[in-house]
Amino acid sequence: MSEMNRSKPAGKPGERGQRRPSGGGGGFRRRRVCKFRSEKIDYIDYKDVRLLMQFVPERGKIQPRRLSGTSAKYQRKLQLALKRARELALIPYATD
Amino acid sequence: MSATKQYELVYIVVPEATEQQLTELHELVTGIASRFGGTIDRTEAWGRRRLAYAIGRHKEGIYVLEVISGGGDLVKELDRRLKVSDLVIRHLIVRVDEDLRIAARAKAQRQATSARRRVARGLPPEPTPEERMRASAALADDRDEAEAY
Repeated sequence: MSEMNRSKPAGKPGERGQRRPSGGGGGFRRRRVCKFRSEKIDYIDYKDVRLLMQFVPERGKIQPRRLSGTSAKYQRKLQLALKRARELALIPYATD
Repeated sequence: MSATKQYELVYIVVPEATEQQLTELHELVTGIASRFGGTIDRTEAWGRRRLAYAIGRHKEGIYVLEVISGGGDLVKELDRRLKVSDLVIRHLIVRVDEDLRIAARAKAQRQATSARRRVARGLPPEPTPEERMRASAALADDRDEAEAY
């Protein structure tokens, strides 16, 4: 339900005028809810690789909250957890 | 004595290490802890794991987690000893008590609020098992959608 599909073929993705008011412009829409708020995860554990990997796309960079929908408070905590996990070689550093 | 805090220590041992060497390392940690008046609350051996990237020439490592209560001087000594050890290729010590306390408080607060609101709506304070099932099913739906792209 929250996933809105474009019925007509989209113009150039990312064109400013094409943006829908919901803020999901540019290609396809991503979910706009904070996973940690909706699933009531208070403590983001740096050891929970399964959870953390959801916020690390292929390239190994930390997904910005503009894409993941994570709230600012939890993005800060997530960032710390991801960096700790990187130090322990649980998740990769960004690679080219 | 400094105040007692809780720390998590994770160390990665070279994959070639024997059982014997692993127990020795564990004893080293326990020894330091007791010498500085701290205690080991929990030990978890995660076993052999693939490293996400190569550390030196290693592609694998044996992970061990120890939850330790103690003071700052204990951590300092642990850090020093693990740094020197040739068997340990990487280690990380983080303080966890404060964050866990904050998380527990947030959880308690949320439950209290939900109980208050539920009572105000004339419902029992705790969600029934049936409601819980529905809630987790909704979350699972969400996850499917998230994975769809």
